[in-house]
Amino acid sequence: MSSIQRQIRFESDRDPGFADEIRAMPGCELIDRCIQCATCSGVCPVSTYMELTPRRIIELTRNGFKQDVLNANTIWICTSCYECQVECPKEIGITDVMYALKTKAIQAGVEPKHLGPPVLFKEFYNMVRKTGRMSETQLAVRSFIKSNPMQMWGMKWLGLRLLKTGRFSVKLEHMPKPSVLHTALDHADRIDGRRAK
Amino acid sequence: MKYSYFPGCSLKATGRAYEESFLSLCKALDMEMEELENWNCCGATSFMSVEMGAAYALTIRNLAIAEKAGLDMVAPCGGCYGILLKADHYYKKYPTVHESAVKSLKTEGLEYKGTVRVRHPLDVLASDLPPRALRSKVKKPLKGLKVACYYGCRFVRPIAPFDDMHNPETMDLLLKTVGARIVDYTMKGKCCGGAMSGAMPNVAQEMTYLILRAAERAEADVVATACPLCQFNLEAYQDEIRAAHPDLKPIPVVYFTQLLGVALGLDATATALNRQIVPVEPILREKGILADEKKQPATAGV
Ligand code: SF4
Ligand code: SF4
Repeated sequence: MSSIQRQIRFESDRDPGFADEIRAMPGCELIDRCIQCATCSGVCPVSTYMELTPRRIIELTRNGFKQDVLNANTIWICTSCYECQVECPKEIGITDVMYALKTKAIQAGVEPKHLGPPVLFKEFYNMVRKTGRMSETQLAVRSFIKSNPMQMWGMKWLGLRLLKTGRFSVKLEHMPKPSVLHTALDHADRIDGRRAK
Repeated sequence: MKYSYFPGCSLKATGRAYEESFLSLCKALDMEMEELENWNCCGATSFMSVEMGAAYALTIRNLAIAEKAGLDMVAPCGGCYGILLKADHYYKKYPTVHESAVKSLKTEGLEYKGTVRVRHPLDVLASDLPPRALRSKVKKPLKGLKVACYYGCRFVRPIAPFDDMHNPETMDLLLKTVGARIVDYTMKGKCCGGAMSGAMPNVAQEMTYLILRAAERAEADVVATACPLCQFNLEAYQDEIRAAHPDLKPIPVVYFTQLLGVALGLDATATALNRQIVPVEPILREKGILADEKKQPATAGV
């Protein structure tokens, strides 16, 4: 992301099919209503950290600028707090668009490989698919190893505080019968906006 | 009154003070909570970020199990609550979500008709108890305790079935009922950082700092929460936050169920106050709500 890049967008960068795929995902159907008022960017608690604000994400998405939106740090910084979504005067599902873009980035394999959020999301996903439950300590350790091993050292005091208050557990939790969930999830559709064959 | 109880993963781990205090409170108020059979993780924000179809199917599976039990489904974790509610809504609204979930549930012989009422403890305690049931049980009113109620996101966003989306106040009312004084502050609905606390600590700690500072400026003695992630993010990182913001004083962050338990005179195991990282007993003693610690027997010779 630090390399020198062209700053002007060309018509040829657009992928209109991409915009259609996003529109077809649950909660994302109203992006064309956007009036670019930037209420979303204004209320977002983390827009100050974003390469592209939520308003710009909506505009670029509906115009099919796939590479821009999938490579922006925005989608990983979004905490899914829904503030933008409930304040948007046009009732656009902005948080749902952020989710849609995250799944698209992971499908395309362009998510940053050592950034905290995508690493955490994938570890979480793998753990829950396997055990049906989320085990906090195990998840934290697995994510730190892949994103920022040094951070674990900084977390030792936190671990100690949790240990002292009986809130620390290293056990891998699981459903009594996870196998039923494996089968169930294997039969769910991939809702990725592409028309089923 | 009987309910299906969906604990979610956090209430069995870092958030166990929430489960302990909530279940004790229910017992004291004659509300029966029956844990859902073979429940699975709601998926939180993470699962949804990786694969959408399976994410909705995962959440809806819990709804289908609750529907079989035929009772309202109580989910104390804000994350679980919001996600269950949204999945129910989207199941009815979007054919893609519906079809995918139906296929998935079928493998287990389940189906979901869409009749489950997903409830949060705030809602249940405020709406289902007979009038004065809570007030009449108060043994130790929280007189003089200044509480900043923190709501965060999920009880009212994106769907708000029991409170005002822009200015929630159910927790305020419940704690007022048991004698607490509620302070007004601007950050009660701002995001706690959610999963970012682990994934991007510097960003999340800035967010929690602003919330805690606002509560402090409103002269709150304690912050009350209704979600394990909010409670964790606001309480557990205060030392780390102080490294960047030395002005932040330690402020106890508890579950509203713990405060209600204290007011009802429930014992220490029931209120789980010993699980606090920033202890809350000192301020409760100072206000005369908890009795002073037993006098230490004098030790000879010292
Ligand atoms: S708040 Fe809604 S209408 Fe305004 S810029 Fe954001 S998405 Fe567009
Ligand atoms: S949901 Fe994401 S984009 Fe919207 S306000 Fe919250 S953090 Fe910002």
